[in-house]
Amino acid sequence: MIFNLQVNGTPRAVDVPADMPLLWVLRDVVGLMGTKYGCGIAQCGACTVHLDGKPVRSCVLPVSGVGTRAITTVEGVGETPQGKAVQEAWLAIEVIQCGYCQSGQIMSAAALLGRNPRPDDAAIDAAMAGNICRCGTYPRIRAAIKRAAGLPTEHV
Amino acid sequence: MPAARRGPAYGLLDAGDLTDTSRRRFLVSGALMMGFAVTGKAWAQNKGRGEQPTLRAITPGGPEQGAAFQGFAPGGFIRIPREGKVSFIIPSVEMGQGIYTGEAMMMAEELELALEQIEVVHAPADEKLYSQPILKSQATGGSTSIRGAWKPMRQAAAAARTMLIAAAAERWRVAPDQCFADQGRVYCRTNGLSLPYGALVDAARGRPVPQEVPLKTPGQFKLIGRSKQRVDTPAKTNGTAVFGIDVQVPGMKVAALAMCPVQGGRVKAVQDRGVKQVPGVLGVLRIDDAVAVVADHFWAAQKGLQALDVEWDLGPLATLQSNHVRDRLVAAAENGKPVLGRSVGDADAALREAHSTVDARYDLPFLAHATMEPVNATVHVRPDGCDVWVGTQVPAAAQTRVAKAVGLPPERVFVHNQYLGGGFGRRLVPEHIVQAALFAKQVPFPLKVIQTREQDIRHDLFRPAYHDRLSMGLDAKGMPVVFTDRVTGGSVLADGSFLEEGLPEGTLDSDAVEGVAETPYAIPTVRVDWIHERSPVKVNWWRGVGPAANVHVLESFIDECAHAAGQDPVVYRLKMLRNNPRGRNVLKMAAREAKWGSSLPPRTARGVSLHQSFGSYVALICEAHVTPVGEIELRRLTAVADVGVAINPNSVIAQIEGGVIFGLSAALYNEITFTDGRVDQSNFNDYRQMRINEVPPFTVKLMESEAEPGGIGESGTVSAAPALGNAIFAATGIRLRSLPFRRQELMEKGAEKNIIAGTAAVAGLSAMLAGDAGEQA
Amino acid sequence: MRRWLRISLGILGILLVGAALFFFLPARLDPVQASVRQPRGAALIERGRYVATASDCVACHSVPGGRPYAGGLAFNLPFGTIFSSNITPDRQHGIGTWTDAEFVRAMRHGVDDQGRELYPAFPYTAYANLSTDDILALRAYLNTLEPVAKPVQANGLRFPFNQRYLMRAWKLLNAPQHPWQPDPQRSAEWNRGAYLVEGAGHCAECHTPRNFIYGLVRSQAYAGAVTQGWKAYNITSDPESGIGNWSVDELARYLGTGHAPGRGAASGSMGEAVSLSLSKLTPADLRAMAVYLRSLPPKNTEAAARVERNSPAMAASTLYSPGQAAAHGNMPGLRLYESACASCHGWNGEGVQSRYASLRGAQTVNDPEATNLIQVILRGTSIETQYGHATMPAFGASFSDAEVAALSNYVLQHFGNKRPSVTPERVARARAEGR
Ligand code: FES
Ligand code: FES
Repeated sequence: MIFNLQVNGTPRAVDVPADMPLLWVLRDVVGLMGTKYGCGIAQCGACTVHLDGKPVRSCVLPVSGVGTRAITTVEGVGETPQGKAVQEAWLAIEVIQCGYCQSGQIMSAAALLGRNPRPDDAAIDAAMAGNICRCGTYPRIRAAIKRAAGLPTEHV
Repeated sequence: MPAARRGPAYGLLDAGDLTDTSRRRFLVSGALMMGFAVTGKAWAQNKGRGEQPTLRAITPGGPEQGAAFQGFAPGGFIRIPREGKVSFIIPSVEMGQGIYTGEAMMMAEELELALEQIEVVHAPADEKLYSQPILKSQATGGSTSIRGAWKPMRQAAAAARTMLIAAAAERWRVAPDQCFADQGRVYCRTNGLSLPYGALVDAARGRPVPQEVPLKTPGQFKLIGRSKQRVDTPAKTNGTAVFGIDVQVPGMKVAALAMCPVQGGRVKAVQDRGVKQVPGVLGVLRIDDAVAVVADHFWAAQKGLQALDVEWDLGPLATLQSNHVRDRLVAAAENGKPVLGRSVGDADAALREAHSTVDARYDLPFLAHATMEPVNATVHVRPDGCDVWVGTQVPAAAQTRVAKAVGLPPERVFVHNQYLGGGFGRRLVPEHIVQAALFAKQVPFPLKVIQTREQDIRHDLFRPAYHDRLSMGLDAKGMPVVFTDRVTGGSVLADGSFLEEGLPEGTLDSDAVEGVAETPYAIPTVRVDWIHERSPVKVNWWRGVGPAANVHVLESFIDECAHAAGQDPVVYRLKMLRNNPRGRNVLKMAAREAKWGSSLPPRTARGVSLHQSFGSYVALICEAHVTPVGEIELRRLTAVADVGVAINPNSVIAQIEGGVIFGLSAALYNEITFTDGRVDQSNFNDYRQMRINEVPPFTVKLMESEAEPGGIGESGTVSAAPALGNAIFAATGIRLRSLPFRRQELMEKGAEKNIIAGTAAVAGLSAMLAGDAGEQA
Repeated sequence: MRRWLRISLGILGILLVGAALFFFLPARLDPVQASVRQPRGAALIERGRYVATASDCVACHSVPGGRPYAGGLAFNLPFGTIFSSNITPDRQHGIGTWTDAEFVRAMRHGVDDQGRELYPAFPYTAYANLSTDDILALRAYLNTLEPVAKPVQANGLRFPFNQRYLMRAWKLLNAPQHPWQPDPQRSAEWNRGAYLVEGAGHCAECHTPRNFIYGLVRSQAYAGAVTQGWKAYNITSDPESGIGNWSVDELARYLGTGHAPGRGAASGSMGEAVSLSLSKLTPADLRAMAVYLRSLPPKNTEAAARVERNSPAMAASTLYSPGQAAAHGNMPGLRLYESACASCHGWNGEGVQSRYASLRGAQTVNDPEATNLIQVILRGTSIETQYGHATMPAFGASFSDAEVAALSNYVLQHFGNKRPSVTPERVARARAEGR
């Protein structure tokens, strides 16, 4: 089936099965490798992308469920003010270790700031607890989100 | 291949840009490299091979392509071109520990470069060139990278600097000591001239190699010891960093696997009717113990798998049950033949004469690594060569193992290492790379093989399970006079796939007792031994290696002894640290930072752990609350470390934070169990990981130190479990002696126990923390 | 005295003979014949396939990962374990040698080809309602399957339940004595629905409570029951505890897709029934079933389980963030929800990832006993229809009883506005009961 997707502002027509998860469409068909496979069961958040600015787990989202919504991946999120702020804060706080989970972390964080520009700890937990980091960068993720939001941070 | 990955200021250079030394080039310039040995054992120096370091062109087609490198390449680590950034070829692999930056900083320090002036390159597989002096192979693990690189890498850079300065001095006809290097240029003090390195490369290449170059002292460091932004992180914020799983090569196809559910089983029959009808599927490949569906993309391959019907010969492990493993360990501890790990004095006699004794048994489970990036490899086998794109901790082992598997000489196998989405030891074994190669050799195109998360967990090579029996003899004051520990468990070296010939009877695998044989404490009489009970499944190192298991047991047991002696656990340890100033200092500082001894709400308490592993000292204090139904809530974490010189302090702190969280995840949630030979766990739903909402405020402090740098990638992990277990005991009075900590047990035993929580300040505690009471004790 | 003794003995003898005859007389085998309307060839096979689908044979006669219809699924009953049989046409292990008459007898009367009584885990009390034509069509379809030479595991039933002949007595009490007859007073649609619900669909098997000898309690038909730790809800037309306020459309949609907006999604064995059977029925049949179900006499069973369509906590939340006070004082529950659940289910009941993740209006999050809620957390669930596929992983291995209780209470309160009442002990029981 042909699906007309909007990926990071670029129209992309893909001919794939309707039940193919968006994750694999992005990675193996569109060729954008920034979105990661971590679990395939919506438990780790590594595959997080935005549909119209809202975070979804692309590993369990069939491409047929995207519809006309605009897809933003980690490759394009820097074009949004929140995404840019998050990426800068991530570097300033030196959040990243192996980096494999970080595309998803950055996407979740950018979406959080998009709906809540000044998140408190509870809001950060609610938005970020679905993203696993095996390297344990959580304290810095918390600090970096606050920094991106212009809030005071304790860390580093 | 995707184009070069660059961060804003510096970053990774695509190894494809660095073309290989051609044969002709080698003949012309070969002599140059001869004898470039600053120290006898210098790492990555050519040991008379007369050859420039090989950086294979990354495109298939091999090393013959591309022009020769026009510049100065003193040894395996450094390439200074006529124009542009200096390349550092980093032999350790980057799996999150920040080693690319750490090793680059060490070289840049001596080569007088700013980090903005360099690029880093993944080293190719080359055992001769990049064998690491501690592990004695081209491998990254065991927190050895910085320790191994500390001298040779700085020496290599210092030698290069010396040659550049000599070249400039000759050009200006001044004495070399009139010149100095800074920020990639050589300056002359007398004539005020300066030249960039690029202008000196040809002259430098002809210079004799200095035999002895003094290295900077810590007081002279400009980079080392200052927190610098990592070179690999910019690409990791915008999706451009390439991990093994992200590799795309022209013509590549993707495979999904059916793997025998029981380790050691075999494929009996394959029914693949209907598989090829699945759109996108190209075919089905088979090896001994797995079947691959090859397709245009991973999803089609997985769909194809659903139509596949494989009959397995499950092999001898089909009856393996977890409780049998445990029973066998216990029986071996009883009847097995111990191998001595360390013995000081007559432990049996000392135990008999002790005023009192404390005994305990501890159990540790099998553990999976569960790196965020599931294992994968992309392999292209051609009649004349083979390319492997993978993120591995052992590029050279991957090269030889793949060569054997595909029937090519090792030098025809080109391992293109990529970023690792976590290592933790998982990628110290190349099994999955060999598996991919065995499939790939059946097809003419490059094949990417990805294991699913479930396969990554179920077909991991696990951290061995252990059973420990400990005794401590105490004197009349409750202080330890004799300590014994009998460790029973598998050996990674022997039961994994590292030593094919196994471990000769009676030989010690030092990993099995590391962390408990040598302890920070002064205990006059010690006996630590090990009973090798072969693991039924293959095993592998896991972050923290031996110490992660043994320090947990030791530090929990020391805590038991402190409580048995009615003493505060920190004070008790300080008394035993009288000969260990570094250990004492980190412990005291941690106790102060964590407000050890101040009162806490009911069922809330602090636990402590201390260890010296990998050349670093770490004290961790964990404050935890245990609810009446056994839920464990972390309240505060405080770590103090003395790692010697911290190359990039912010990265060191990050490693301790991450390491502790990694260790806590395992302590709280992780174990691998077997039912009928099958692993019961599968994915993050049942192999649970800590999440951001469980992590409390976390403070990490580093001691100022000029000592040689210690390893740090695993230290935090080693600290984690005992500190938490000790906090749980202090909060509930319940000592959980097996991992992971069973919350169910805390609930069941919860109500009746005496609560020690909020231990009142012990007399003299504050004085001891502030002053030197430790020495007097 | 002796005479009395003789009379007593005589009566006893007659009773024994009668009992012997009742229990041991070989089962009758009536000849069977398809009606003139029975299709032939491919059409017959197609009809049989449809009957097999509507009867959901594959659900019980297969094991996960095994070959379909080859049997082996374990039923853990209070009396022991029964394994489903191999119904592929394999001549040794399957039903390849059975005659049509034997097959019809098995479906109607629960007797195998050897004349042995079958246990009612095989729902012949419902299948007895199928027409002879449908049964023969089913037989024709099963004959087209590939034979699987897989032996069936022996049942592990305790005495006296392992004495098959005793089933005759059970049948006397529980099996319908007459085949199902259409009700001429009702519409053809209603009658079609009744035929499907009472026959192939065997809905009562799960939704009607059972008595102590495991027979269905007809007076409480479709009032809901718990089997193997899962609750089949009240599906009578009671508006409070049943499906009385569902429209026929909603019901038909739920049956066919496992979901209806504002009604939540099917999980557990209902999810399986939808995936394997109901989603493959024609829209007309689904409607007919819905029409019939809507007509079932109301039984008010659990007023406390009244479905709350818009709890205050849901109303205060958005899809991506919980409203203020979302913790309801249950921090452990909130933490688990945000860790493992929120990325799919969201916070306002709508579901982030798919329609199957929506919790608004679902019975499962409104049942204060939390029977299915606990099971679905422990064991996960999955559903696959032509309208989509969704899987929820199992958390039983990594969440403690206390954690499952905290999470269940959190969900009940947030999405169902129910008072938290799940205890760790309750979860421990659910672990033991469920499958
Ligand atoms: S890969 Fe999608 S959530 Fe883990
Ligand atoms: S940075 Fe490695 S998993 Fe998060």
